[in-house]
Amino acid sequence: MPFLLRRFFTLLSSIFAIVTFNFFLFHIIPGDPIRLIARTQRLNAEAIAKMRASFGLDGSILSQYFRYLSKLVHGDLGYSFSFKENVSGLVGRALGNTLLLLTASTLIVVILGIAIGVFAGSRQGKKSDTATVISSLILWSMPTFWVGMLLVFTFGVWVGGLPISGISTANAVYSNGFEYFMDISRHLILPTVTLAIVDIAFFIIITRTALIDVMSEDYMLTARGKGLGRRAIVWRHGFRNAMLPVLTASALYISALVGGAIQVEVVFSWPGMGLLMYNSVLARDYPVLEASFLLTTVAVLVANFAADLLYRVLDPRVAVSK
Amino acid sequence: MMKRDRTSANHGFWYFMGKLWADRMGRWGLIALAITTFIAVICPIFFPFDPSKVGADAASILTGPSKTHLLGSDELGRDVLRQFFTGARISLFVGIMATVISTIVGSGLGIFAGYYMGRLDGILMRITDFFLVVPALPLMIALGAIFGQNITVIIMVIGFLSWPRTARIVRSQTLSLRQRQFVPRAKSLGSSNLRIIRTHIVPHVMPLIVANTILVVAGCILSEATLSFIGLGDPDRISWGTMLHFSFVSGAIGRGAWWYFLPPGFGILFIVLGFTLVGHSFEKITNPRLGGSE
Repeated sequence: MPFLLRRFFTLLSSIFAIVTFNFFLFHIIPGDPIRLIARTQRLNAEAIAKMRASFGLDGSILSQYFRYLSKLVHGDLGYSFSFKENVSGLVGRALGNTLLLLTASTLIVVILGIAIGVFAGSRQGKKSDTATVISSLILWSMPTFWVGMLLVFTFGVWVGGLPISGISTANAVYSNGFEYFMDISRHLILPTVTLAIVDIAFFIIITRTALIDVMSEDYMLTARGKGLGRRAIVWRHGFRNAMLPVLTASALYISALVGGAIQVEVVFSWPGMGLLMYNSVLARDYPVLEASFLLTTVAVLVANFAADLLYRVLDPRVAVSK
Repeated sequence: MMKRDRTSANHGFWYFMGKLWADRMGRWGLIALAITTFIAVICPIFFPFDPSKVGADAASILTGPSKTHLLGSDELGRDVLRQFFTGARISLFVGIMATVISTIVGSGLGIFAGYYMGRLDGILMRITDFFLVVPALPLMIALGAIFGQNITVIIMVIGFLSWPRTARIVRSQTLSLRQRQFVPRAKSLGSSNLRIIRTHIVPHVMPLIVANTILVVAGCILSEATLSFIGLGDPDRISWGTMLHFSFVSGAIGRGAWWYFLPPGFGILFIVLGFTLVGHSFEKITNPRLGGSE
């Protein structure tokens, strides 16, 4: 499979580029990073040298770079001076929580988004279609974090009823696993809904446009000529072919999803990568910021690679033409 | 195809304004933009915001709308309405300046890649694709955190990370123009490449660039709001995003101070929607193939 190999090579070179970029980005920080970390001028030369070594900042820039690469390969992401623990442990826990949030909202977005998009697209130009397009554009124009703030206000202050912060109730004692599961699920509701609200708009618009494009193809006329019902035409012929351009837009969607998740985690204190990034920005904890940025980006690159492969599987035409 | 390009390339500003006004989406968008521009340009002149004018005592903090403060006060007892006016100015300014950078970089790369094709095209598009898949927000946060909280940094960070889509779109249009007969004809008459780009390519991709630019402004304003909300905004130049940041960290939500966190959010929604509507409407005008719905 020459294509697969080529695509895999692109993925590897992209990851390599982002790793290198990441290294240089955090090594050109204006000012001496050690002074920044120590936050004091009263360090003797010995202490500075020791810190420099412990953060991998001694030696030439090239030797620092190779040491950085070898550490990275061994899963050593450095030490967080604000959380006082290894970055790899911090990031590992956060990654799981973020994936939970992303999976939950992607499920909603894909199922509802496609259904609404197909609904609107098959009624092109009618009132229900226009209403769907307008409300999608309004949802798309709202900052994700602000939608979150509105929900926090509504369900935490005004009406109440749903947890607005964290992943589980603080200091709660659970009598069984199910109770724990239910507690997390309740905490998951508002962050998931917030993330879904904004991203679903994007999905609706893309699906709708794709369906309208497909409906004007010649084979749709054939299908109608065969006497197929409207539902069969839209779902069996239209929907299936419309899914391909939707999948092509997945790169944009993945990027938007990650951006949205960061905001949602900040608003709801969801202990994932986004909240970690936010806290590391506030504390100027560069090792954590560096690692969370790197891991998020690599995860997105891998997800795009997977989407690309899926596209090949679903549309044999692409494989043949290339 | 040819006819459409010629007409759209030769019409001026007022022709498009008329067309936009005739379209329902375009008209609502123009109205939204006009209102926000008025707020951003005129209102701060008559109601300037002085960040140092804090409240005299604890009783002046986060008070609801009243005669002295039409939209209440913030966590330092300052007037929210005046802040809202200034915020409009900063949000709009950052959005537009970032878009200028993004458009120049994106259309420049797109035109050169599409016109010269070959190896240059390959390299430029490899870079573009890389920036297209790398998630923008984490990168913006990392850069913003490293280079510090000031308005120039924010504009540059957003501008230099928002161009890949523009580059892609402009390149594919340039590629198709390149195949047309007028390029070899102009060449045989002795025109240089740069001259062909200036007189034949640029006027034809212009409508596309304009439509795309309007949509990019919307994205840039949202990016600015998000970065500021994360706490990377310029503390001396309060934008709507910065207002939302301070309302969030000061606990305005928990205290039910809706007058503090609702107006900036609606402001952002209003202006982003305005640009989005005008952008889609403009796309419909310049590319009639898209305009099936109404």
